[in-house]
Amino acid sequence: MDRRESFKAIVLGTVSSVLLLESCDSKTEEQVADVIKSPEASATYGRMPEEVARLKEITSKTFFTEEELATITLLADIIIPADDVSGSASDAEVPAFIEFIVKDKPEFQTPMRSGLKWLDIQCLNQYEKPFRDCSEKQQLDMVDAIAYPEQAAPEMKKGVAFFNLMRNLTATGFFTSEMGVKDLDYQGNRPNQWKGIPEEVLKQYKLAYTEKELKECITFDRTA
Amino acid sequence: MEDVQVKKKTKKYDAVIVGSGAGGGMAAYVLANAGLKVCLLEAGAMYDPATDSAQLKNPWESPRRGASTKFRPFGDFDGCYWGWEIDGEPYTKAEGTEWDWWRARMLGGRTNHWGRISLRFGPKDFKHKSIDGLGEDWPIGYEDVKPYYDKVDRLIGVFGTNEGLEDDPDGIFLPPPLPRLHELMIKKAATGIGIPVIPSRLSILTQKINDERGQCFYCAQCGRSCKAYADFSSSSCLIKPAVATGNVDVIPHAMAREVITNAEGLATGVSYVDTLDMLDYQVDGRVVILAASACESARLLLNSVSRRHPNGLANSSDVVGKYLHDSTGAAVGGVLPQLMGRKRYNEDGVGGMHVYTPWWLDNKKLDFPRGYHIEYWGGMQQPAYGFGWGIENLNGKMQVHGKTKEAGGYGKSLKEDYRFMYGASVGMAGRGEAIAFESNYCEIDPNVVDKYGIPVLRFNVKYSDYEINQAKHMNETFKEIMHEMGAIITWGGDAGPHNNWGLENPGKIIHEAGTVRMGNDPKKSALNKYSQAHDCKNVFCVDGGQFVSQGDKNITWTIMALSMRASEYIVDQMKKQNL
Repeated sequence: MDRRESFKAIVLGTVSSVLLLESCDSKTEEQVADVIKSPEASATYGRMPEEVARLKEITSKTFFTEEELATITLLADIIIPADDVSGSASDAEVPAFIEFIVKDKPEFQTPMRSGLKWLDIQCLNQYEKPFRDCSEKQQLDMVDAIAYPEQAAPEMKKGVAFFNLMRNLTATGFFTSEMGVKDLDYQGNRPNQWKGIPEEVLKQYKLAYTEKELKECITFDRTA
Repeated sequence: MEDVQVKKKTKKYDAVIVGSGAGGGMAAYVLANAGLKVCLLEAGAMYDPATDSAQLKNPWESPRRGASTKFRPFGDFDGCYWGWEIDGEPYTKAEGTEWDWWRARMLGGRTNHWGRISLRFGPKDFKHKSIDGLGEDWPIGYEDVKPYYDKVDRLIGVFGTNEGLEDDPDGIFLPPPLPRLHELMIKKAATGIGIPVIPSRLSILTQKINDERGQCFYCAQCGRSCKAYADFSSSSCLIKPAVATGNVDVIPHAMAREVITNAEGLATGVSYVDTLDMLDYQVDGRVVILAASACESARLLLNSVSRRHPNGLANSSDVVGKYLHDSTGAAVGGVLPQLMGRKRYNEDGVGGMHVYTPWWLDNKKLDFPRGYHIEYWGGMQQPAYGFGWGIENLNGKMQVHGKTKEAGGYGKSLKEDYRFMYGASVGMAGRGEAIAFESNYCEIDPNVVDKYGIPVLRFNVKYSDYEINQAKHMNETFKEIMHEMGAIITWGGDAGPHNNWGLENPGKIIHEAGTVRMGNDPKKSALNKYSQAHDCKNVFCVDGGQFVSQGDKNITWTIMALSMRASEYIVDQMKKQNL
């Protein structure tokens, strides 16, 4: 990130100027551009020294072993695989996010570590191999046994809880990545004018703005 | 051992202000513009939204994707330093007390991240004892504060609509934004069962009001603080122009220890610890204005014990710390099936709701004495940490593209579920008035000090049946609105007596007030009607501490109106040489 890249936003605003000389009733509406140019970000991006120290501490440590991270990567890609719209969890670097967040939120460390161990013990008992060395079919059979909370056998309860956590971390990591946000087609986080709900959407839901709303609210040019 | 010494600042000020939030910022602004020399003490760091805000950052620009930390409990992009806990600054709770205390440590205080909900108190809010016999009436009425609300509206800028409601007074409003899709659905459902829904009233500039501040560009991120100064933060809208007068010295990292008084009992200044070098300093002023937040101001007064003020400064009445109350809060959330698979467009809008519900019922017909307003949220928000969490509790309950699936799952089918459900969330929360009881209070804990050696607060707070019954009414109302909308409730639906109907711990809504209340009777109040200490004429308190009661409103707009009023009084009294 280059902090000198100051953000520049061009905002179009509708200004009503009353031309008093001609007639009290005649109004002109013109679109004006208001350029917002903020100064450079401060050296710390507004982070407190305590936050900077905390980040340094977290990133200097490694929590998961290589084997654990390999299993996390396999599971993450089973949960969020590539499809027609976007890539897989590992394409979006979800495993690295999970490594970070369990260090940032230590309450996840034991559930994750013991869950991964549980999974390997199950696989060793059934297939004589840890999860990461099982065949794809064996892996999916194991996942099927823990991925559906309402169907899972009682002895799979620990695995269900682990897989729920793994699913949640994977989804959160994926859909907050650049790839995931694009997948969702979130269109905000940019300077714009809020002109209200698009007409075709209002029609779809058989809704309409009232005259009062259109009169009182800032509407810009709704047809533009 | 080194010599203990207090370094005295040689410059004498007209006013020393403790705290730079809504109350302190407004006092600095008014006094500096009147030509007075002001010293503004802030316990935290300097902060300027223009350079320090995380506005317009994408979720992946935070390694924790915007998740909360103890430094930023409202998320990694939030505009507030610290919150529920601060390293080295504990507070304690008496047995049986649940109390959460939010403390900001930065220029502008918590105004950098607040919801910008800017509601005037109505006539009833100042005189509620006369209506229901509970609490106490204010020594002032709406007519006393109205001119200041008007001035605050003009100075800061607030959007909204004049609805002619008796207890939600009209103001000087900028045009509000049009409702979002889920907000129109809420409006239709709620008004259908007699619950009004009107444009919200937020201090966000939908139109430009001066050359120093920009206009809203609809990124929905007021909580991060606005680089364009298009919303209200004390740092950008009050302190920055106050400093520009040349009359204000801001001292950051200055943790106030006590108010110093002389042999006559008058205040001469404030002693503080520099949190960076840990040395003690003292700064003198003709008046001392406390605006450190309701509980911090009470703490400061209680810690300012002297021969003339043996029970703490401004506390001969013994009310300082008492009558502590926060807004009540309870919420319900869910999803709207009709919004699943919805068309995408940018519906960020302003930071916060575009519509809200002011209190609409008559408490005489209810089993709780005071009202609440309803805040709403939902829609296609920027994805952040927590996105998709708990889908296993949801995706088995609904049809995705016409098919009901097994709960949980994985793979392409699951991936489609997230996409399908995105933007369908909806929720609502009540913010109500709690009764200010004498038995709810904070006091100095005799056994605990913070890392600066300053004795800390101990809280003694319990909710009464009034607040619990109010939370029950909130919960039932929200479920009714959700039902009318056809929403699936995903949380808050199972509230009941076991959890006080979802009533949040007191303190959690961050509207604490009442600890240094004003009144006409010096035996029952700490301040007079000009926010001036009965016991010490050159000490004022201009934050939430001075409140007699909350109203079913958020308190910031009233803090600013009262601070402006007190500050103009100070200027006038100084001119008359009474101060």
